[in-house]
Amino acid sequence: MNPAMNSALNSTNSAMAPVATPSFFYALAALALISGFLVITRRNVVHSALALIVTLLSVAGLYLMLYAPFVAGVQIIVYAGGIMVLFLFVIMLVNIERSYNDRRFSSLWPVGLGAACALLALFVFAFAKGRALFPDRLMPLSEAANTQQIATMLYGDAGKAGQYTFVFEIASLLLLVAILGAVVMTKKKI
Amino acid sequence: MIPNFITSYLGSTLTPGEAGSQFWALVYVFIIFAGVSVAVMSMNWLERKALAHFQIRLGPMRVGPHGLLQPIADAIKLLLKEDIIPAEADQFVFWVAPLIGLLAAFTVYTVIPFGPSQAVSDMNIGVLFMLGVSSLGVLGIVVAGWASNSHYPLIGALRSSAQIVSYEVAMGLAVVSAILMTSLNDTGTGTLSMIGIVRAQEQQGVWFIFKFFPLGLIAFIVFAIAMIAETNRAPFDIAEAESELTAGYHTEYSGLRWSLFMLAEYAAMIAVSSIAVTLWLGGWLRPFPNLLHAPAWDFIFSLFPAMTFLGLAAIAFIGVAGTPAHSFLKVQKIGLAGFGSVLGCIALLLFVLAFSGRSANVNLGSRLNESIGYIYWFLLKVAVFMYLFIWYRATWPRYRFDQLMRVGWKVLLPISLAVLVGTAIAGVLFS
Amino acid sequence: MNVPAKDSSTGGANTSTSNLEFEEPGETYLDSNELIINMGPQHPATHGVLRVILKLDGERVLGSECVIGYLHRGVEKIAENRTYTMFNPYVDRMDYVAAVSNGLGYCEAVEKLLNVEAPPRANYIRVILTELNRIASHQLWLGTHALDIGAMTPLFYTFRDREEILKIFEKYCGARLTTHAFRIGGCQYETYAGFEKEVKNFLTFVAPKIDEYEALLTSNRIWMERTKNVGVISGPDCIALGVTGPVLRASGVQWDVRKAQPYAAYSEFDFDIPVGTKGDTYDRYLVRMAEMRQSLRIIEQAVNSIPEGPIMARVPKVIKPPVGEIYHSIESPKGELGYFIVSDGSTQPYRLRVRPPSFVNLQALDLMVRGLLVADVVAVIGTIDIVLGEVDR
Repeated sequence: MNPAMNSALNSTNSAMAPVATPSFFYALAALALISGFLVITRRNVVHSALALIVTLLSVAGLYLMLYAPFVAGVQIIVYAGGIMVLFLFVIMLVNIERSYNDRRFSSLWPVGLGAACALLALFVFAFAKGRALFPDRLMPLSEAANTQQIATMLYGDAGKAGQYTFVFEIASLLLLVAILGAVVMTKKKI
Repeated sequence: MIPNFITSYLGSTLTPGEAGSQFWALVYVFIIFAGVSVAVMSMNWLERKALAHFQIRLGPMRVGPHGLLQPIADAIKLLLKEDIIPAEADQFVFWVAPLIGLLAAFTVYTVIPFGPSQAVSDMNIGVLFMLGVSSLGVLGIVVAGWASNSHYPLIGALRSSAQIVSYEVAMGLAVVSAILMTSLNDTGTGTLSMIGIVRAQEQQGVWFIFKFFPLGLIAFIVFAIAMIAETNRAPFDIAEAESELTAGYHTEYSGLRWSLFMLAEYAAMIAVSSIAVTLWLGGWLRPFPNLLHAPAWDFIFSLFPAMTFLGLAAIAFIGVAGTPAHSFLKVQKIGLAGFGSVLGCIALLLFVLAFSGRSANVNLGSRLNESIGYIYWFLLKVAVFMYLFIWYRATWPRYRFDQLMRVGWKVLLPISLAVLVGTAIAGVLFS
Repeated sequence: MNVPAKDSSTGGANTSTSNLEFEEPGETYLDSNELIINMGPQHPATHGVLRVILKLDGERVLGSECVIGYLHRGVEKIAENRTYTMFNPYVDRMDYVAAVSNGLGYCEAVEKLLNVEAPPRANYIRVILTELNRIASHQLWLGTHALDIGAMTPLFYTFRDREEILKIFEKYCGARLTTHAFRIGGCQYETYAGFEKEVKNFLTFVAPKIDEYEALLTSNRIWMERTKNVGVISGPDCIALGVTGPVLRASGVQWDVRKAQPYAAYSEFDFDIPVGTKGDTYDRYLVRMAEMRQSLRIIEQAVNSIPEGPIMARVPKVIKPPVGEIYHSIESPKGELGYFIVSDGSTQPYRLRVRPPSFVNLQALDLMVRGLLVADVVAVIGTIDIVLGEVDR
């Protein structure tokens, strides 16, 4: 404990010694998989929504492990805190108790299982063939600069440092149009 | 005798997150958890007493001297109450709903800095983390209303969550204005980390509430209003008001579960107040750190914690003197005198620390003195906000729901947008 | 729910003015949710045991129906089996908040039937106590109305200040609430030693307190938003429904029984009748605050010039009014309180009918809440200022 403490005390802030070991990855991945499985197998819709929230939060944890804290934060704010609240609103405002006793899996489930197996085979094939493209270890990115780098790419000089400035503006314009459309559709009188 | 890894850390200048020390991170988490619980209980007492004094009553006077043991009695009563679960309610969801709210409220404390190294972890997305986690609290409310399986709590829960989501937008924009101001220091880059924001205020020599006057002030006011709506407090407490038609989302909860909701609400109040203090009021900085920089001024300001406790002890002893001499009140008198003497001992300890930390060389005593000073100024500012919460509740009627939403969307949102644009323009012009 | 069906339960007027028509909701995109909910007799904000059935379209109120009778005690029937003197304490229990006014109306009605007049000193004492009761009633109204809207502090302030009035009552006649202060023919009790001094002290005590209530509420942005344009009723509608009191005056009609048909000693005093313009909740609030100040004016004039003399007229021990009928009304804090007594020459009235102002004013609730949100219904019930003891008798 002592040498590690002293070296950590003396180290700088830019390259952080990873506290999250592989055990964290296994735990988060298992949590994501289990809750994902629960999403589709629960009878009660609210239980499914809660399980989806757990999935999204564990994926945010995985983003943190990839030295992408900004993406993790945005995942929590937008996905878990915004979109899932919207899901829950809709579930609660619409009377869905009728679906409680419906069959959860349709009669075509062997076809679905076959398609999923085919997809898994495709992934395994791609990983085996393109082994060289997957790096052995994670590049220790500078975590402190993650937010700044994203900011530069999104808002920087278009054409030079900001690769995605135009795309960002167009996407936000699309969102604005969507909001206006939603407001127009739900108002009774304009 | 004391292991080195404890003493080596008492004087550290890094947070446990930076130092990578899990032991100390856990210790800090435990301290914060215990501290917030004590703060919530004392906040409960303070609210009842202050509301009562606003309404020309006395408030709790019987349970302990001047009602000081009332929160403990309430906690015991709530623990012993029968746990009623509605028959048709969803058992698992009913059980987990208060925990979600509690989790969201308490997790925010990992990024709140009580001092330059007195934080659990100084994430460099601190503000983003704070915004995200507090938005998870909405889920607790929605799920609680649903799990009650009753018409009125569901409506109340949906209303409450709609209110919180609406005011989150204005709150976020106000926070962004504050972050814009952090980028106006010499390095030219802003920061999302909470400690970095306070350091930026220290470096620029001005609290952000006074920066680019009145822009910082307006951003602070927008955040102050939004944070009252976020925590469902008066005048935005239509969702939990007793005299309205739709009762609140925690109607069906009794005993311990209800107390968890109250714990989450008060913890959220303290959390958002701490965020407001960090972003606009200079966090742990004492007043005029750059203007009055002489060692004499440092010493005077370092006496403040001790003086506060001395003042509280004096109030307690005045209360003892004011208690009528009657045999029934003897125990209360002794209890209050004991409480006063405990406060006096703490004051004495702080005086000793202040005097020992006066010397020029940096030793354990001076480090401790400094940390206590930081924590004290931070908590003092948060306490002012807590008192304001109570004051608002005593004074104002409550907004109707549609008026509340109108204020959130049509008043606060345009103002915060305007402040944001104004801050950006001012930042470019004046730096 | 059709408008004509309300006749039996509330005894309301079913006039042909267009405002009372029932509006159907228009075509909507999404399926509108019409539901009928019940603000039950047990509710913290209905000021007693009042049941209100609301028909809602989402949040908007389409119509309402009041179900009353939970506090019916058969007071009018009891009157037929009591002598006139024995019935005097019963009238306090109707509008228990303004018991002195009730007593005044009853005693004056019987005195008119007997064709006696109370002596001037008794009249002055009656006016002073009645106006004190008006202030107390308005203070209680203010505290509960503010509490319904969410301001919890004025309640404690008004109740605290009301204590002074109740202390005066207790010293005068021994009771705080149901005072039984007057007798047929005058007053039984002489004013106690120090009565004038205490009343004058009270006047100087309460005037800044009324300013305090106004400071808390009148220009408070939240209070104004909750009360302006809420529960609007026009003057002609008030007259059509028979609504009286501050509700009528706030809608612009200058009608106060104290000025229109003066009784007791009111014609000797100089006071104004506050009148509103729009007839919304805010105007009713302002009218009642101004009425409190006018009451202070009346009391000040009265207490400075109480004439000497007897306090009781020559009334026989056994009151047996001649055969006949009388209707006499006074201005109680809630509105026009009327007593219709039919005497058949015996010691007990043949029929005694009370015209309670709250009962008639409550009819206006349906008209006032149409188109409002549910949260406003509570505010409107509070602003009409009903006392269920009077509504149900």
